[in-house]
Amino acid sequence: MNSSIVALSVEDLSFSYGGKKALTQVNFKIQPGECTVLLGPNGAGKSTLFSLITRLYDTRDGRIELCGFDIKRQTLLALAKLGVVFQQTTLDMDLSVMQNLRYHTSLHGMGRKQAEQRIQQELERLNMYDRRFEKVRQLNGGHRRRVEIVRALLHKPSVLLLDEPTVGLDVPSRLSIVEYVHQLAVEENLAVLWASHLIDEIYPGDHLIVLHKGQVKANGTVDEVLNITNSPTIKDAFYSLTQGEQA
Amino acid sequence: MTNRPGADLHLPEGRRAGQPCVTLLHYWRAMRGIIWRELWRFVTQRERFISALVRPLVWLFVFAAGFRAALGLAITPPYETYILYEVYITPGLIGMIQLFNGMQSSLSMVYDREMGSMRILMVCPLPRWFLLISKLLAGTGVSILQAYVFLAIAWFYDIQAPWQGYLWIMPALLLSGLMLGALGLLLSSFIKQLENFAGVMNFVIFPMFFMSTALYPLWKVKESSVLLYHLAQYNPFSQAVEMIRFALYGQFNSMAFIYTLVAFIVFMASAIIGYNPSKGMMMRKGGA
Repeated sequence: MNSSIVALSVEDLSFSYGGKKALTQVNFKIQPGECTVLLGPNGAGKSTLFSLITRLYDTRDGRIELCGFDIKRQTLLALAKLGVVFQQTTLDMDLSVMQNLRYHTSLHGMGRKQAEQRIQQELERLNMYDRRFEKVRQLNGGHRRRVEIVRALLHKPSVLLLDEPTVGLDVPSRLSIVEYVHQLAVEENLAVLWASHLIDEIYPGDHLIVLHKGQVKANGTVDEVLNITNSPTIKDAFYSLTQGEQA
Repeated sequence: MTNRPGADLHLPEGRRAGQPCVTLLHYWRAMRGIIWRELWRFVTQRERFISALVRPLVWLFVFAAGFRAALGLAITPPYETYILYEVYITPGLIGMIQLFNGMQSSLSMVYDREMGSMRILMVCPLPRWFLLISKLLAGTGVSILQAYVFLAIAWFYDIQAPWQGYLWIMPALLLSGLMLGALGLLLSSFIKQLENFAGVMNFVIFPMFFMSTALYPLWKVKESSVLLYHLAQYNPFSQAVEMIRFALYGQFNSMAFIYTLVAFIVFMASAIIGYNPSKGMMMRKGGA
């Protein structure tokens, strides 16, 4: 793989709500096959950053590119590359798993045959195919999350964004989702940006971005961040970068 | 490997790097998906279906029956003879169905936005204007379905129009549904939280309904207040009701048609601006 390929590029990104700065000069790049954890305490600017990458907010200062497509000028091409799992459940509770997934495939312009094939493939990978006709309301939190991950992958995106996807889940569900996403990054050559405040979700091979008060405080591999901060653990590194704030 | 945008990363099947990712087929499939979802939700939510019908039926069976004796109506177009009050308010109640449906769609947009499912729609690779129009068409489809069920019940209550009227009313319902739905979309782009929706009921739906020709003809309004007469005359809801009224009797009211069409264009354009991340209210609200 060519090391110059960038799946997601954020350059000099700043954003304010009125006069209040939410992000200041944020810069980072994510390569395909790489799992990047965006770590930051509440109010660090993680959700604002996600809203800008998904074009829910307009980028005024700075530039965001997905697979080389500018999110502001080539919005549709850029969004076609993106799979998103939002922090809140975004499934329709009154529809079945299958109906929710078909709705997504229609929004991405997929034909019936291709859609059915992709839905089956992705649901089987997460052992959810047998539950495809159940209403989402009947599923537990962990299974709903699985369906959302399936949905985000149906159109074969190059970049997968996950905004604190394990919040509120029990430990086994959380661990299985963390492991599955790491596996996806490698097997599918997917660039993953995972916003989290849970340090135990970080794998040793991950890329790490620490965001605090809208600024990138550290950006590198886990080892690099530990070296820069001269810390023995990620927890210590995080505390020193955020001056003791809770993740 | 090249440095062309997207060239080195896998693309959805059938697409090549640099080519527009949206085809006509994509638009069609997406619109079909959005409309199907809305209709399915409406049909499966039995309570919503019933409550949407109960409201105008109560007005027809109770309010109209009570006011029949109190209100005398002169012969006014499109009617060619004296009519019962129930007959007069039937087009107004169809307008009411569409007005409430438009606001209901608006409410569901605010709800979807708060609950997050709106985000899934907004991050799909289609222009926002198209997504909003698809949503609007879906909501209008639901309101037309409701209006025909109401007309069927009214038919058994001896409120019967010429059979051609039931065909002519279809395009009228489409335009009025689009106009009222677009108004709902516009309002939803301004409303930040679900709780604020009560304000819409008080400041938009009720004034719009009561200051219109839905319940009483314009000349009757003029007798009591000239100001109210002008407000009712220029109320887009009045024009939509008149368009429906004339269509139900096989006639075309050009003034009402043009007025409703212009109102639709204005509301829709404003809603599209409202939902545009770089221009609209979404920026100020800090949420999509």
